[in-house]
Amino acid sequence: MSKGIWIVVEQRNAQIRKVSLELLSQARLIANETGDPLVAVVLGQNIQDLAQEVASYGADKVILVDNEKLAEYTTGAYTSVLNKLIRKKEPNAVLIGNTAMGKDLAPRLAQRLGVGLASDCTGMEKDDANFLTFKRPIYGGKAFAQVATDSKPVMATIRPNTFPIAAPDTAHQAEVVTEAAEIDQDDLRAILKEVIIAASERPELTEAEIIVSGGRAMKGPENFPMLEALADVVGGAVGASRAAVDAGWIDQEFQVGQTGKTVSPVLYIACGISGAIQHLAGMSSSKVIVAINKDPEANIFNVADYGIVGDIFEIVPLLTEEIKKLVS
Amino acid sequence: MNIVVVIKQTFDTEAKIVLKDGQIDPSGVSLVINPYDEFAIEEALRIQKKFGGEVTVVSCGGPRSQEAIRTALAMGCDKGVQIDETALESVDEYVRAEVLAKAISEMPYDIILGGRIAVDDRSSQVAVRLAEALNIPSVSSVVKLDIENNIATATREIDGGTEIIEVPLPAMITAQKGLNEPRYPTMPGIMKARKKELKVINPADLGVSDLSAKMKVQNYSLPTPRQGGKKIEGEPAEAARELARLLREEAKVL
Ligand SMILES: Cc1cc2nc3c(=O)[nH]c(=O)nc-3n(C[C@H](O)[C@H](O)[C@H](O)COP(=O)(O)OP(=O)(O)OC[C@H]3O[C@@H](n4cnc5c(N)ncnc54)[C@H](O)[C@@H]3O)c2cc1C
Ligand SMILES: Nc1ncnc2c1ncn2[C@@H]1O[C@H](COP(=O)(O)O)[C@@H](O)[C@H]1O
Repeated sequence: MSKGIWIVVEQRNAQIRKVSLELLSQARLIANETGDPLVAVVLGQNIQDLAQEVASYGADKVILVDNEKLAEYTTGAYTSVLNKLIRKKEPNAVLIGNTAMGKDLAPRLAQRLGVGLASDCTGMEKDDANFLTFKRPIYGGKAFAQVATDSKPVMATIRPNTFPIAAPDTAHQAEVVTEAAEIDQDDLRAILKEVIIAASERPELTEAEIIVSGGRAMKGPENFPMLEALADVVGGAVGASRAAVDAGWIDQEFQVGQTGKTVSPVLYIACGISGAIQHLAGMSSSKVIVAINKDPEANIFNVADYGIVGDIFEIVPLLTEEIKKLVS
Repeated sequence: MNIVVVIKQTFDTEAKIVLKDGQIDPSGVSLVINPYDEFAIEEALRIQKKFGGEVTVVSCGGPRSQEAIRTALAMGCDKGVQIDETALESVDEYVRAEVLAKAISEMPYDIILGGRIAVDDRSSQVAVRLAEALNIPSVSSVVKLDIENNIATATREIDGGTEIIEVPLPAMITAQKGLNEPRYPTMPGIMKARKKELKVINPADLGVSDLSAKMKVQNYSLPTPRQGGKKIEGEPAEAARELARLLREEAKVL
């Protein structure tokens, strides 16, 4: 009996993160090939209702760990619980989204289990010798490494927006089991005092399907509403280059690039961004790139699928209007 | 306060990546301290200024990593340790964390600082694994740090916001951009750094020479370079209309 492919489902306030559904969808296809049951592991508080939702994305089995100590993600409690579950049930693979949570949780869990971990993968396939093999961008996307491990479980974190989400099948049922939260005292040393989530109508940058980014050409914070207007027409997020962030026009959390976020949207619109290598490091895995820049020689045009040579202050409002007409 | 900073030497961020015999070719590439580790060094020096004590910088790498350690010493760190990983058969994040943990467990430490991610392998693993190997708590991706009465209060970046975490020392902190503005080494700093202690440790001396990597690289490849696509000509209004149309009808992303 195969021991399963586990997806650690990330939720916040009983809302499942998009990347977890992407992972369930893709792992479903792989589980069909390997014959493993697909298992969704959900940690949190008051999360029973999520079982049916993950089942509809293909999970054969749902493991729920419902405990007040798991209400918010903390490194210690989550590591404790998952380490014990994994040791008990010995899955073949454990996959986690490469989110703020995943980046913090996965390495600690892997170390505790004494196994390898493939981080921030943009490809995942069945592999006869190693169960799974992963593709990961390195050197800011300037190269790829194909990696595998012979340790078990095979562990990886997967970059958001890498895999499409399958259409949910609400008729699909899963076996639901509830497990107790076993947490070591040592794992409660760090105390989460406060979670501050900026209220925003826009999607979070790393999971946004469309990103409108502004660079030094934005000239000042007063011009960002122009980008927000375009983002809102397409349901996207706003990002920025380091030049705009360092100038203090927009918060660091919106910076895209090597010292900022790595994003993989379906559409990335770079407005007045020159296309420095460190900026490309954060967005070159975008599916379609658009550049608007008044310098026809700007490097961004070398990676852009579509470009307009022109002034952003003229083009962006016009584009916003044109798209509004198209999508309404 | 005994402060340890773990740093990695990486390719300069402008470096062009070339494959030679299927491996990434480091020849001719200029090497720098991983940019995130500069924030860690800066924070260590600020903590030292406030509480006194010593800052030890530790790096696992080949002979060239001594340059990175010297730079950290020139910035103001007191002592350097290079763990010579050329003696190991294979390395990955697991091996590096184990080796670093062995070396650091023999030193006094109240806080360990590192970077959120190394820009070459982009793993975001070694520092957190190191904390686990030492059995100390960690806070990753920290943008603000205050220490009082042996408790660190760290603000950590999460998706769409921040978290405030309180953790007793000793603890591991990984630095995110925004934590501080790293200083540059000064001329007197560079002169002084030459005389500072830089110890080289062979993994065999730590009793960990039999470790081997869990992750295996099957191959490296280079991305097919993105091609510059269509430049849309015409009057601004016309160009904007055409772009919207292409995004919808050709690229099908709207
Ligand atoms: C270690 C390191 C890490 C870094 N990390 C990052 C990172 O994470 N993210 C990042 O973005 N950068 C990063 N950088 C900085 C990077 O090298 C560039 O300096 C930065 O990306 C430039 O930002 P920009 O394109 O907005 O500005 P610029 O390079 O100044 O480009 C502005 C562009 O706007 C165009 N323009 C001006 N006015 C108009 C107008 N009215 N209409 C249309 N176009 C106009 C210009 O032609 C120009 O191409 C890093 C650098 C280093 C050394
Ligand atoms: N070889 C190494 N020697 C010392 N510290 C390292 C080494 N590799 C990684 N680190 C630390 O771990 C952080 C994350 O690295 P990585 O897991 O490679 O992304 C880095 O920013 C360093 O602080």
